[in-house]
Amino acid sequence: MNKGALQGIRVVEFAQFWVGPYTAEILTFLGAEVIKVESMRRLDPSRQLSLTTGQTFTGVDQSTVFNDLNLNKLDVCLDLTHPKAAGVAKGLAKASDVLVQNNRPGVMERLGLGYDAIREVRPDIIYLSSSARGSDGPERSYGGFAPCFAALSGLAEITGYADGPPFAESGRIDLLSSTTNAFAIIAALIYRKRTGKGQHIDASSSEVISALIGDVFMDYAMNGRVQTRRGNRDDIFAPHNCYRSKGDDKWISIAITNDDEWRAFVDAIGNPDWTREERFQDAFLRKQNEEELDRLVSQWTINHTHYEAMDILQRAGVAAVPSLSNAELYQDPHFKERGPSMEMVHPVIGKTTALNAPWKMSATPPTIRRHSPLLGEHNNYIFGELLGMSQEEIQALIDEKVIY
Amino acid sequence: MGKKALEGTKVLEYASFVSGPYCSKLLADLGAEVIKIERPGVGDKARERGPFPEDLPHPEKSGLFLYLNTSKKGITLDPKSTTGKKMFLELVKWADILIEDKPPKEMEGLGFTYEELKEVNQQLIMTSITPYGETGPYRDYKAYHLNICHVGGLGYLMPPNSPSLEREPLKAGGHSVDCACGVNAALATVSALYSRGVTGEGQSIDVSKQESLMNLVRVYAVAYANDKVNPNRGPIMGTAAAMGGLKKCKDGYIIATLAERPHWARFFKLIGKPEWDEDERFKDTLAIADHYNEIDPYISEWMMSRTRYEIYHQGQELGCPIAPVRSIDEVVNDPQLKGRDFFVEVDHPEAGKTVFPRGPYVFSETPWQGNPAPLLGQHNEEIYCQKLGYTKEDMVRLRESGII
Repeated sequence: MNKGALQGIRVVEFAQFWVGPYTAEILTFLGAEVIKVESMRRLDPSRQLSLTTGQTFTGVDQSTVFNDLNLNKLDVCLDLTHPKAAGVAKGLAKASDVLVQNNRPGVMERLGLGYDAIREVRPDIIYLSSSARGSDGPERSYGGFAPCFAALSGLAEITGYADGPPFAESGRIDLLSSTTNAFAIIAALIYRKRTGKGQHIDASSSEVISALIGDVFMDYAMNGRVQTRRGNRDDIFAPHNCYRSKGDDKWISIAITNDDEWRAFVDAIGNPDWTREERFQDAFLRKQNEEELDRLVSQWTINHTHYEAMDILQRAGVAAVPSLSNAELYQDPHFKERGPSMEMVHPVIGKTTALNAPWKMSATPPTIRRHSPLLGEHNNYIFGELLGMSQEEIQALIDEKVIY
Repeated sequence: MGKKALEGTKVLEYASFVSGPYCSKLLADLGAEVIKIERPGVGDKARERGPFPEDLPHPEKSGLFLYLNTSKKGITLDPKSTTGKKMFLELVKWADILIEDKPPKEMEGLGFTYEELKEVNQQLIMTSITPYGETGPYRDYKAYHLNICHVGGLGYLMPPNSPSLEREPLKAGGHSVDCACGVNAALATVSALYSRGVTGEGQSIDVSKQESLMNLVRVYAVAYANDKVNPNRGPIMGTAAAMGGLKKCKDGYIIATLAERPHWARFFKLIGKPEWDEDERFKDTLAIADHYNEIDPYISEWMMSRTRYEIYHQGQELGCPIAPVRSIDEVVNDPQLKGRDFFVEVDHPEAGKTVFPRGPYVFSETPWQGNPAPLLGQHNEEIYCQKLGYTKEDMVRLRESGII
């Protein structure tokens, strides 16, 4: 039976919001056991709000956003500022292969849970620290959320309309950090398996985003060129844009990157007269007359729904797909057939939908095994069975307000 | 030479342009031995795309290619010929991992499906990166970066607070989405490698670029599925609006992510209005969203009389999560990134000194190491003669017949 690629790996998470929690969730999809440690002094804020979608949730167990980012996990609740809590938390780290944390650099050290402290109890731990700007350097103490990373990385500057402001994306930026972090953790696990050695991984969310646009920095280094935003357009090819389709706020993206695709496009839209004009006869001219070309392409697309346009153009071998809203994605036949969407029952939220990991593996498919944990749901199992504390010991820590 | 996380891992890359090459670059820079197959005489499509030094196109000097193919060995091979196919299969036999990005039909036509390749190498891990995945009604459809941005649920939301819904939805800047698909594929690949180390079993991994992107904006997908929140590019409302967002200042733009009420207290202090912290109108973030219009003129004026870096450093000193939107040259010259050696200089035999980002993680034990990208066919002799046992005479004949 499939137990996942990372079966037998235990992860302890000290993280909030998105980057750290989703890093650990990826590992759970792959079969790892994740213990999320929440501090009564600072619960994971995703339990109460979503900055990206603008939603707020009542109580601590109602959030569909928290649910989606914390699937499959076990949850314990401590007061990490209590002097006795560090000892308990260290016990969890000792029992774990991986530690994931996304606090500001210095916070874990102050709590007595820094890499050096954990390495003492678990020498081969793989300890991931994910922060805005990394664990060293003059701005190590600076903080921020996803749009800050997009702004600092250079990506915001090159995203947006040519005549408009830059655009700093939100959600995707954080989950990119998580994906990168999970990759690094597994690479370190492979190394540990070979050598027995753990290590510290220091990740900066703004570096994660800069690494995705390396060629743009090379243009500056090579040519002194400072690239900026230019909508949907390409440096070389046209048409390359999103065009208005029939209906309310419906759009189709079309990208043509060679003469074969251009000829296929012209045939598919019925060889209108304008396509024979000299100013559109080769790629160089099409790019030069792009404004006018876009206007003429729109005259065709506006008379078709985005799905009709996709069918006609893809049949001809042209890269054309709708710009889909989330509602449309859920109706889309391709998504319906392959889609990673899954329904489950959450004890407080009720019936709810979450998404599985975005890859299909033949031997170890990623799995959603249970809903996200309620706050402190696994205190008894983790402290009692895993750490072997007696009921009396647990009760004493509850009375002392170490465990909640 | 430090220790390498993925030392001893053998990867065959049959991919071109961005996603597939970025995926195997991530493995190569951590020490895997990656053999990249390119089309004889022509090479990877990225060789045709800039940036080029002094804007002079040259297949060995493309910044995009040099960035995406660090630390790999390069060979040329046309697997469509009978001999070429045989050589391809010999390489598959050698490899632990095959990374490919060909249309599913093309791999089927060549006889290179996972089932067929498994006959040659029982333990093979085969990662296939395609626009829409290996199954489903769109599996043979085409897509470029622009199309993926729009079909993955991201483009339709960009930019929020659009000046007009009559304007087209946008793609993300650069090749950032294609690179992100590469990270996603690399993550699944190393998890399969870890699992193979435990069970001895290989597998196929089907990575859809559409799903990769959709996963990164999964919070919206889940918000729709559960709460029927279906945003387009309209005005930002509620808690998301209460974050502050993009602000114009004296020399550009600042992004403020004042997610929680304490951030606003620090922000009020920053802008010289500490008394607003006590003001009933601003008692929580929702109240701030309601009354924001009353203080916007003051904030705008305050911003307009200061530079991005004044606001950034003063704000961060006070603990405000805010950041400047930085131009590409500012990122390259950033003291924080310099302090962390983020941009590395790599000497390439044809292109000379090149500057690009290192990997977005700092490993304490197995540091990232980027070596120059291969010239077209640079390692033909090493791979074909030394690894596969072809003679120098064979090499001449293979070259003459266009197979390598």
